[in-house]
Amino acid sequence: MSPERRTAAPHPGQEHYTAPLSETPLKDVDAFDDTSTPRSMWRQAAHSLLRDPVFIVSAILIAFILFVVAFPGVFTSQDPTAGSLANANQDPSGEHPFGTSRQGYDIFSRVIHGTRTSVIVGFFTMIGSTLIGAAIGALAGYVGGWVDEIVSRVVDVFFAIPLILGAIVIGARFQGIDSIWVVILVLSVFGWTNIARITRGAVIGVKSQEFVMASTALGAGRFSNLMRHVLPNALAPIIVTATVNLGVFIVAEATLSFLGVGLPPTVVSWGGDISTARTSLTTHPMQLMYPSIGLAVTVLSFIMLGDAVRDALDPKAKKR
Amino acid sequence: MLWYIGRRLLQIIPVFLGATLLIYLMMFSTGSDPIQAIAGEKALPPSVEAQLRAQYNLDKPILVQWFLYIVGVIQGDFGLNLSGRPIIDDIRRAFPVTAKLAIMAVIIEAIFGIVAGVIAGLKKGTWIDTTFLMLSLLVIAVPTFVIGFVAQVILGVQLKLVPVNVGNDPSFMNLLLPATVLGAVSFAYVLRLTRTSVAENVPADHVRTAKAKGLSSGALVSKHILRNSLIPVVTFIGADLGALMGGAIVTEGIFNINGVGSLLFRALQRSDSPTTVSVVTLMVIIFLISNLIVDVLYAVLDPRIRYAKK
Repeated sequence: MSPERRTAAPHPGQEHYTAPLSETPLKDVDAFDDTSTPRSMWRQAAHSLLRDPVFIVSAILIAFILFVVAFPGVFTSQDPTAGSLANANQDPSGEHPFGTSRQGYDIFSRVIHGTRTSVIVGFFTMIGSTLIGAAIGALAGYVGGWVDEIVSRVVDVFFAIPLILGAIVIGARFQGIDSIWVVILVLSVFGWTNIARITRGAVIGVKSQEFVMASTALGAGRFSNLMRHVLPNALAPIIVTATVNLGVFIVAEATLSFLGVGLPPTVVSWGGDISTARTSLTTHPMQLMYPSIGLAVTVLSFIMLGDAVRDALDPKAKKR
Repeated sequence: MLWYIGRRLLQIIPVFLGATLLIYLMMFSTGSDPIQAIAGEKALPPSVEAQLRAQYNLDKPILVQWFLYIVGVIQGDFGLNLSGRPIIDDIRRAFPVTAKLAIMAVIIEAIFGIVAGVIAGLKKGTWIDTTFLMLSLLVIAVPTFVIGFVAQVILGVQLKLVPVNVGNDPSFMNLLLPATVLGAVSFAYVLRLTRTSVAENVPADHVRTAKAKGLSSGALVSKHILRNSLIPVVTFIGADLGALMGGAIVTEGIFNINGVGSLLFRALQRSDSPTTVSVVTLMVIIFLISNLIVDVLYAVLDPRIRYAKK
């Protein structure tokens, strides 16, 4: 609206522009095209995400990380598990860009191959914990009543045992089973509580809305109502929490491996490598820094992605 | 108010029982035998084994074992460790150290997190805000043990500002670096929570009214913005005490502090399941109590909670 079209306010407080009737004939109003479908929350979110620098940076980083996960061979031809004590603790060279570790492993290759371990553990733990948490939270929130009371206490029980602590206790029990799935299982068992609480809250918020009532009135069953109307509309906070959780799980896995109750030493992982590198920290500090940087960049990308998605799905928080 | 506290106390009991049962089942139903851990490679004579089993209540069904254990814990008796010494002795030695460490960490994270969060929230969108946000992201993304090692090497080994190893009976200065490392991640979360909360409250109607009445900006921030913004922060800090207990395992390992964390870690390495269960139970109790205190504080800060649910 150009300033010269702005008419003086006839009364104090009525400062907005009112077009004279002669300028806007009724046929213009009628001609307004309202046949276009309204943009859904997801379309709107995608629209604002593509304009968010935080999202673009984290998306590019994650795309790169996923490429490393899928094709580690593009970056290094060295075998990360081929160590020879003859070339232990070498300085960086053309053959070993980051040098070699105390056991003579090529550090660059181990950082590259470690990406896969961290991302796989983080991703599957995220999937596992989100499925458990969403199912339990939806049950509590949707059914309500005494079911909610009991389920919520069960959530409290698991919530009372911190993730790392619980994982250490059962992780120590499973020692000797050389599989990353043990770590995924252990972390999922204790990592679902925040998803459950958030799902419960969101489901309670959605289930009393008019469109759910309308669907019930039209004869939809309780379960199909939950799956088709309630859960899809409660999805936004779950997705945001799950994305941030992914980063948390990667850190948790590294911490467990560092403590020696996580991944078996045969698996190439950042946590395990950081733990090994601590012994030569004073003489070769960079051996610890390389896997740490890989870990930090990966976790940072997922946390930034979660932040960006939250802002996009909750425009209220972003406006200011 | 009393009604509210009583109701919360009652809610804690089933959670405490459930959590300890869960730990107990995880520990003792997965096929590992603590008696074997005592015996080592050689098999024990049957009479000795039977006597040991009776001593640790292992001859009884697991639910009975758990019940006897809980009855003991309530009376302050955590049972015997695998060397036959009372676990409570170890806990008495280790707990004050960890408590000191965790309390220092909470104070550090609260002070720095809230101050930085308020500044960032009031100046949302400026370079100060961006700097604080980036710093918090970095602290969250870099695992505690990396921060710990780097700080240890730079401040301890190279600059010799702080002792590298802490050892027994640490002083305030000795614990300063470990507590900072322990509280670092939570500091980042406190900062972000405070920032979001403050930024939400700045344009609120009551703040605008207070400003219009001519309140000084200091009183505006402390009385009208901060008090409303602190509610989620207080909740977080309380819930965080549990995570700090878990984090203490890592921090105490790095700085060689003889606290509860290293007690747990040594117990795990020796497969000393009675000690493991006791330490985890202790941490769960602390977590539940701190959550209770937070809920009460919450009700003090926000009258709506006191009155909302009878």
